[in-house]
Amino acid sequence: MTDATTEHHEYDVLIIGAGGAGLRAAIEASQRGLNVGIVTKSLLGKAHTVMAEGGMAAAMGNVYPEDNWMVHFRDTMRGGKYLNNYRMAELHAKEAPDRVWELEQWGALFDRTGDGKILQRDFGGHRYARLAHVGDRTGLELIRTLQQKVVSMGTDVFMECKVLQLVHDAEGRVAGCVGYWRATGEFVTFRAKAVILATGGAGKSWKFTSNSWESTGDGLAMALWAGAKLIDMECVQFHPTGMVWPLSVRGLLVTEGVRGDGGVLRNSLGERFMFNYVAPMFRAETADSEEEADKWYDDHSAGRRPPELLPRDEVARAINTEVKAGRGSPHGGVFLDIATRRSAEFIRRRLPSMYHQFMELAGVDITREAMEIGPTCHYFMGGVQVDADSQATVVPGLFAAGEVGGGMHGANRLGGNSLSDLVVFGRRAGIGAAEYLEAGDVATSFDQGEVDAAIKEALAPFERGGGENPYDVQHDLQEMMQENVGIIRNASELAVAIHALDEFTERVKNVSVKGGRAYNPGWNLATDLPSMITVSKCVANGALRRKESRGGHTREDYPNADPELGQLNFAQSSQGGHWDDPVSVHETSILIMPADLKALLEEDK
Amino acid sequence: MAQVTMRVWRGDASGGDFESYTLEQNEGEVVLDVIHRIQATDAPDLACRWNCKAGKCGSCSAEVNGKPRLMCMTRMDTLPPGPVTVTPMKAFPIIRDLVTDVSFNYVQAAKVPALLPPTMPEGGYRMFQKDVERGQEFRKCIECFMCQDVCHVIRDHEENKQHYAGPRFFIRYAELEMHPLDQNDRRDLIREDMGLGYCNITKCCTEVCPEHIKITDNAIIPLKERVVDAHYDPVAWLGRKIRRKPKRSAADAAVQPAP
Repeated sequence: MTDATTEHHEYDVLIIGAGGAGLRAAIEASQRGLNVGIVTKSLLGKAHTVMAEGGMAAAMGNVYPEDNWMVHFRDTMRGGKYLNNYRMAELHAKEAPDRVWELEQWGALFDRTGDGKILQRDFGGHRYARLAHVGDRTGLELIRTLQQKVVSMGTDVFMECKVLQLVHDAEGRVAGCVGYWRATGEFVTFRAKAVILATGGAGKSWKFTSNSWESTGDGLAMALWAGAKLIDMECVQFHPTGMVWPLSVRGLLVTEGVRGDGGVLRNSLGERFMFNYVAPMFRAETADSEEEADKWYDDHSAGRRPPELLPRDEVARAINTEVKAGRGSPHGGVFLDIATRRSAEFIRRRLPSMYHQFMELAGVDITREAMEIGPTCHYFMGGVQVDADSQATVVPGLFAAGEVGGGMHGANRLGGNSLSDLVVFGRRAGIGAAEYLEAGDVATSFDQGEVDAAIKEALAPFERGGGENPYDVQHDLQEMMQENVGIIRNASELAVAIHALDEFTERVKNVSVKGGRAYNPGWNLATDLPSMITVSKCVANGALRRKESRGGHTREDYPNADPELGQLNFAQSSQGGHWDDPVSVHETSILIMPADLKALLEEDK
Repeated sequence: MAQVTMRVWRGDASGGDFESYTLEQNEGEVVLDVIHRIQATDAPDLACRWNCKAGKCGSCSAEVNGKPRLMCMTRMDTLPPGPVTVTPMKAFPIIRDLVTDVSFNYVQAAKVPALLPPTMPEGGYRMFQKDVERGQEFRKCIECFMCQDVCHVIRDHEENKQHYAGPRFFIRYAELEMHPLDQNDRRDLIREDMGLGYCNITKCCTEVCPEHIKITDNAIIPLKERVVDAHYDPVAWLGRKIRRKPKRSAADAAVQPAP
């Protein structure tokens, strides 16, 4: 299938994905003198990072000097319902401030405090105002800063290139990958001594999602097929505030910054219903009256936190319950009101993108009216199992950083911890890859058989006539996952989903596409479907096995957390390495926390 | 339900033509929604770029009824009745259908000498909100490249791309020139190699900017003043001769150790 004319490139380190994690990894590896290539499915600067709004969490203590890494660590572990890889949470809390300051050295312009430091804002689950931000477009600032740094370093970036599969050497080490150019449909191989996956999540498999077309779980699936393990796949975050109207924008993100800056949630009766949903573990630090909550915004010592700023899993479930109880808004959400609480000038300055987004897309002026919002599929806490310090997977030469990696966020991610995760662990993956190369035991061959098989499979949809339209398969998959593997789950619906996913596997094998290979979105989607199916199966498998409710994973048939299951991760591995091979689920013990860190969590229990 | 006819340009570098699709129009839809429905049904090979669908990534730029627009932020119900024409951006070579080759912009980006800040003090730099706000306006840019598309210096004169950076990069240069920390001097580069003088301030770029950045008033005009002052003012000229920092290249400027 391939011959001497197939385009080929060689690098020390190949990075798949050009969001925050991929770009930060590239900077690190380049600064260590390595020859680095970056491959991205879109244009440079368009990755999902660009959509992040509210900010990046880092305990710099600029607004509340009493903040420090230990409090951030504790908040992260509590938010994750203690399922987190404690070492990742520790490294993240310790290193995030340096990663923010480093962005300033590369040109980022964060909003400032009165004395000229980086301003920090409040977000759910963070005890102190901790999120460095630029209005509500922090992701844009992050990706643009990293992009400009990468470009100034002269790193090679391959845009609009879809990677199909990782390629091994004869000893099972990762040796590179095979993909195709979206513009021409021609295939290309990359040989590399180390590969860093930074491909993000897989939210596009749900109907109502904040994720773009790119979030099809390519890296999650490729890692699994290549021999790595995926953990905590049942832990999918449904962000509490997505737009619900108009239907065409349903799922689009509304930043948590609205609540951090004073916005409150109300049901159709006008009640601030979140006061009715404060779980026991958060009661001691949550206000029990509106008066107390409202004092907190200006001075955190004057009252306890408003319940609207509980972690995202708590808020999303509460909204879901209100809507099901018939107290929802006209279009099936609830109301998010900042109009009656802050001045129009304040709202436009702090939340310019939200103002613009609602005005243009929904015809709603958020300085005068409440927004209608509801939960939307947002983020994968689960992902590739990695070593916390190096981001190495169990497959030699393969690393993973950012959303594609698992463990950092446990069962639920706190808002703001994603952007900081990207740069903390993107950097660490770059170091991990550099040290792996230094050790010298790297790939010595490149399995052409794997390349040929991947290309043959990618071209198959052109060869079979009369098959299904890939868009129909994707549409039905999204409906099915929304219906059966959504925010609230139970055994019977999960069984339906697992059965349906077997049928989807067969449907994917029968899709056909028309037209040529050059910039053909139908074909591109056909090549994304195998990873969407693989990852969906892992989510359903994990959700069926975790017979408890914890963080982003809620089982209506097991509504409580089970302390024994809280000690376990479910790790999944592919039995044969092909996308339609069965996946096995194993129980593995969570990392045991050293006593000094444990003490930080117990202080306030 | 009302019907709408979309006239979409289909083709590649070798040529093409309009194809019409008639479909139902749903409440609240934007142009990109309708394009997506065409893709999902009649024409799965219809090429268009998109990512965020929220006006944040700048991927889905195209010309709607002849005007550069983000397809994801253009409500169908704001367009005049009758067929809606969607064509690719004119200033860039066609790849396929609505997708153009925007690599010109990435070539320009690679020419920008990076920020050159002083060593960071303990606890981070101190900058004040009013000082960062000027740069923040320009950093709102989502790189949709519609300002480049509409700029007549390159829209109608392909040859000018050799020596003209375009409005997107003038705001980038303005941002760096006004950056409170920057120690790099790009004024000669902007005047000599980036073609700032070609801009004759017709403000087409400002009008089309989806982020409402005042490209002409806040970036290009102040940049022209700085560059011209530096070049023609005899006092500035003398000062430059005596104590100007040597200009740093992008590669030199990039080598900044992490803290």
